Amino acid sequence: MRKYTPKDNVQKKAYYTDRFWVAPRVPTSDVEAGSHYAKVVETVSKYTTVTNSRIEIGQLVVQIEAKDNFTVIKALRDECGYAMCSEISAVDYLAQDGEFEVFYQLLNLNEAKRMRVVCRIGENEAVESIVPLFKSANFAEREMFDMFGIKANNHPFLKRILMPDDWVGHPLRKTYPLHGDEAAAWYEVDKIFGKEYRDIVGPENRDQSRVDRYDSQRFARVGYEVPFGAEIDPENEQKTPIEYSTTFMTDYNAGSTQLKKRK
Amino acid sequence: MQVTNKLTPFFENLNFERDDNTMVINFGPQHPSAHGQLRLVLELDGELVVKAYPDIGYLHRGIEKMGENMTYNEFLPTTDRLDYIASTANNYAYALAVEKLLDIQAPRRAQVIRTMLLELNRIISHLFFLATHALDVGAMSVFLYAFREREFAMDLMEDYCGARLTHSAVRIGGVPLDLPAGWLENLSKFLAKLPEEIQTYEDLLTENRIWKMRLEDVGVLAPEEALSWGCTGPMLRGSGIKYDIRKEEPYELYGELDFDIPVADTNDSYGRYRLYMEEMKQSARIIKQLIPMYAKTEPQLMAHAPKYISAPKEEIMTQNYALMQHFVLVTQGMRPPKGEVYAPTESPKGELGFYIKSEGEPYAYRLKCRAPSFFHTGLLQELLVGTYLADVVTIIGSTNIVFGEVDR
Amino acid sequence: MAQHQVNYASAAGLPIALTTVDHLVNWGRSNSLWPLTYGLACCAIEMMASGASRYDFDRLGTIFRASPRQADVMVLAGTLSKKHAEFARRLYDQMAEPKWVISMGSCANTGGMFNTYATVQGVDRIIPVDIYLPGCAPRPETLQYAMMMLQKKIRRESADMKKNTKQRIV
Repeated sequence: MRKYTPKDNVQKKAYYTDRFWVAPRVPTSDVEAGSHYAKVVETVSKYTTVTNSRIEIGQLVVQIEAKDNFTVIKALRDECGYAMCSEISAVDYLAQDGEFEVFYQLLNLNEAKRMRVVCRIGENEAVESIVPLFKSANFAEREMFDMFGIKANNHPFLKRILMPDDWVGHPLRKTYPLHGDEAAAWYEVDKIFGKEYRDIVGPENRDQSRVDRYDSQRFARVGYEVPFGAEIDPENEQKTPIEYSTTFMTDYNAGSTQLKKRK
Repeated sequence: MQVTNKLTPFFENLNFERDDNTMVINFGPQHPSAHGQLRLVLELDGELVVKAYPDIGYLHRGIEKMGENMTYNEFLPTTDRLDYIASTANNYAYALAVEKLLDIQAPRRAQVIRTMLLELNRIISHLFFLATHALDVGAMSVFLYAFREREFAMDLMEDYCGARLTHSAVRIGGVPLDLPAGWLENLSKFLAKLPEEIQTYEDLLTENRIWKMRLEDVGVLAPEEALSWGCTGPMLRGSGIKYDIRKEEPYELYGELDFDIPVADTNDSYGRYRLYMEEMKQSARIIKQLIPMYAKTEPQLMAHAPKYISAPKEEIMTQNYALMQHFVLVTQGMRPPKGEVYAPTESPKGELGFYIKSEGEPYAYRLKCRAPSFFHTGLLQELLVGTYLADVVTIIGSTNIVFGEVDR
Repeated sequence: MAQHQVNYASAAGLPIALTTVDHLVNWGRSNSLWPLTYGLACCAIEMMASGASRYDFDRLGTIFRASPRQADVMVLAGTLSKKHAEFARRLYDQMAEPKWVISMGSCANTGGMFNTYATVQGVDRIIPVDIYLPGCAPRPETLQYAMMMLQKKIRRESADMKKNTKQRIV
């Protein structure tokens, strides 16, 4: 029987993990009462149910219901002074939970505080776009759509941004391999020359250490040199030993000639 | 509609002329003053831009995907290629994010070297900005002068790490090498000459009538717009908002150093240009403070964290346990604890941050690079509207976008 | 009338140089190679540096042109992504014959370190390449050396481009 390789996460995995290995967790702390972050959590919980709130490496992480993202972020902007949305993106948890984790990284410039609003959505669900609140979400949500296929409702122009419009698949999903799928492998050839040229151009070389001994145009053949572009018969290869110049070679065993002369 | 056949092939530009007297022109992706592979589709009414649509992704190389398929140390040289004008800033932002995740701190000498390199890179990047911006606007000689100075700064980088452009001079947990002998003297010489050179550029440009005409009141960005579009760095400070991550959320040695944050309140390209010049002077001031700090530090260069970071080479060669640990770290990669981190840094372009989600594996589960230029490119669709076609180049130049980090 | 002391009949005295058409044409072609500014990624910065003060590319008769119609050499400096590939081919097609291509940097040669879904694994899948210039990023001196190698190559070629054997796609 062949070994089954799961297709839901085709990213590189550790080739060896100790049997007793338990990954530790980054220490997190609860929100201190009376701090700036406590007020933020209080504000957020007015508008939605906060499933989890913690301070992780100096920043507040608040997990909320996905349907309330617009109201929560609006409240954060208007009531808590989070005037800038630094980043919006997602993490793919389809293999484990069948969900995406969407995060919004916010910045309060007056207090120099950062927080992350996190919400989870299913594969075919959409989040509400926050472009009316932060214009920076325009490109960020388009990128999220391009990379993960997460749609943002009411986005003014939800279209692929980094990949071409006719690209197949969403590259940052865990099911998408690093080297691309079939459509990606032939994308430029199909586009420029047409499908019939696939045979002429040939497949991509994804092996970075590939050496073809019988290709005398692209590879050097140390010890078996042939003229550039020569056809090589694998059956009778002529070994050409490397010849070193005898003029400049020093025979250290022979001793110094100058010393002999002086003697 | 065009009829296309073999003799008259399909030309995109032909049906770009509209009935309502507007014309669509295609700017890029290969355009010498687009600062890389920016494609702008501009709708023009006469010379006036009525609609701008930046099309990016022509340099998308899948760096974030690579981050998920490489161990943490393997990925570090890839970060060089994000913002390739100031590579060390990227290396550092990534190293800082991983260090925060691992909860380790670089030793004092490494911190001094890192801060020096970061500021030197800021000077390199700003000189490059000045050179290309001036070239785009039409001041060819400034391009040549600024590149001359930049080469001297690159020589310093080369003396330290051996590379001109892609440095990888910062590693997770410290720096790989100590400063070479005589480097600080060369640095001092460079810094002694720099103010004079900056004065030359200012003499050439600041009061230059053409320069002022081309830059003043061009690309005006209101502060609230800048915030809404997620602008950071010189774009934000150019709009009068004094926010510099080095000052507000200090990392590395910036808390101990004495420097000013220049702010421009004219909101236009000219203000931003003045800001860049001022920032270069401040960077030089920071490095001058760092030079005496170097001598007072211990010679340790990498943090001591046997779980994550290999021991120094001498120990690997002489001690058995250090060799075993090095072998495991190289073959399997370090395994940070589970968790997520977002570490912002002030790169020459703005806020450069790495979001890393770790699941306790040697490969990051998700790696997101928050690139300042990405958001500055998004801003173009609003900033360009209502300007003249000739000013488009000025505005792109003054946003200082680099496509390595826009498309990643 | 003044008596010229020059004996035109003696060796090298005549203001006449004997050469072949190939040699003459290639002399002209190889000494005024105008590259297209086709900066794609990091290598573009080194390409600019080689055109700027210290390295001064103009010494070699190399003046960067912004339009493919005026250029002889396409210096493909940087990573070619799949989204960009068709434009690279179109620019190559727009260049007038004779034309040459220098693939600058590892990314353009083979895809280099970007062994990912979005990167063309070597520009020779799209356009025929004359000189492969390794490095990440190659130093300006290396680009100048590549240009000199290209000059050497051109001088060896036939002036009739149809006779030159080139690895051609399409």
